[in-house]
Amino acid sequence: MGEVFNFGVHPISCHSWNHDRTQIALSPNSNDVLIYKKSGKKWDHIHTLSEHTLKVTDIDWAPKTNRIVTCGADRNAYVWQLTNGEWVQELVILRINRAATYVRWSPQEDKFAVGSSSRMISVCYFESDNNWWVSKHIKKPIRSTIVSLDWHPNNILLAAGCCDYKAYVFSAYIKEINPKPGPTVWGKKMTFGCLMQEFVMPCTGWVHGIAFSNSGDCLAMVSHGSVLSVAKGGGELTSIRTEFLPFNDCVWFGENSIIAGGHDCNPVLFKVEGDCSKVAFANKLDQPPKGGGGGKAVSAMNMFKMMDKKGTVEATSTDLTTKHKNAIIQVCVYGPHQFSTCGKDGNVVVWDNKSLEASIAGLRIN
Amino acid sequence: MSTTLRPYLNAVRATLNASMCLENFNSQVVERHVKPEVEVKTSKELLLTPLVIARNEKEKVLIESSINSIRVSIAVKQADEIEQILCQKFMRFMMMRAENFVVLRRKPVEGYDISFLITNIHTEQMLKHKLVDFVIHFMEEIDKEISEMKLSVNARARIVAEEFLKKF
Repeated sequence: MGEVFNFGVHPISCHSWNHDRTQIALSPNSNDVLIYKKSGKKWDHIHTLSEHTLKVTDIDWAPKTNRIVTCGADRNAYVWQLTNGEWVQELVILRINRAATYVRWSPQEDKFAVGSSSRMISVCYFESDNNWWVSKHIKKPIRSTIVSLDWHPNNILLAAGCCDYKAYVFSAYIKEINPKPGPTVWGKKMTFGCLMQEFVMPCTGWVHGIAFSNSGDCLAMVSHGSVLSVAKGGGELTSIRTEFLPFNDCVWFGENSIIAGGHDCNPVLFKVEGDCSKVAFANKLDQPPKGGGGGKAVSAMNMFKMMDKKGTVEATSTDLTTKHKNAIIQVCVYGPHQFSTCGKDGNVVVWDNKSLEASIAGLRIN
Repeated sequence: MSTTLRPYLNAVRATLNASMCLENFNSQVVERHVKPEVEVKTSKELLLTPLVIARNEKEKVLIESSINSIRVSIAVKQADEIEQILCQKFMRFMMMRAENFVVLRRKPVEGYDISFLITNIHTEQMLKHKLVDFVIHFMEEIDKEISEMKLSVNARARIVAEEFLKKF
């Protein structure tokens, strides 16, 4: 089902994997970024990247170029490169005056986007003449903090989820480094900062997570009203209100499956049909092992144990049966058939779709 | 437990569960600061609709939520003057020691007896469902505590009066 890795008691605010998944970079809700290397079943701490002076808010590890970009509440972003076994940082000139909240490399890894509390997105690229990272701003019509970003696979379009209850699709075409893009379903005209489409969430809610599907034609959003919304480029928004607590993040698998995780501590699978015209709840993915809970409560030994420990006869019903014991903060794609989640309980869980399908009857993730 | 208390507490529990979905959020107004948005109220879009759950006119709970903090204010039942005094003294005692109670606010919201301020830092340090349990447990116990104190105050008054009147 899911493999649980614990990295201490602190919440893991963000995590990112290297290209072959042997190393993980994560921030334990502090100023530092820790890099762990897998050895057998254990994780060995090998590097600490400490340059930020306030909490690190996001990390992204570029698989091809092996560079890490981190951003923090101190308004800075750094690009880290491995030289002679040491991670060396380069400062990025973001030109923002509030915290940076979210960062993502573009699919071709020649630029990255940083969302911020100063109501703008900085799209950063390397200027080789001056040998530094410079940024261009997307300001309009954002009215609040950017809390999520995702790149379209064509390396040009950028989706942003915002606290003003809206999601946007922008063009982040930088003519200095990118060849002229071809048309997509989202539109033809792609000058930098051009608003391709805007979505207003059905019940007012902050857009915590946003993701393009693998083809880039569809967009999924999760917002604070426990709503999952999908839309096809140029089309209308289709939403489903769920009975769960709000989701924090979502990822696509194929063109039909979305996995969302959030305050329910349980990843949930949604199915999308008919070109994003229909979305339906499919399954909770973290199912408690069968036969474990029922028999346990009645055994005499367990009863005395509970009396000793908690002063009550019955097992407390408030203990969670899920793998994550506190809210899931981030969901990442781990492999073609795997995803990973990190949570406030200090755990990173790697889920394998194939074994999930085997353990839950009728489940298909594709 | 009386018949109306159970649904009242259940409603509070469900509301707390839903509103305690907090995340880290840096201030949009002051740089390098993190502020509880429900207190500073500088950005309207970060606040959710406040909610009052009332059992009767005197007993009610106000739950105000925002993106990174919630404020729970409780009005406790006060049937007569003794209960009023007891409640006031008791709350004052606790609020003077607010640091030790972690989630307690130093001053109650206008019209309520006691307020809790729960931020995303508390939900990171503590388990969320235990925090909800704590607030519910507090609401259950506070009524009991005050009626017990009222009984002992009355009993003591009776003994003192008896002793005093023996002289005559």
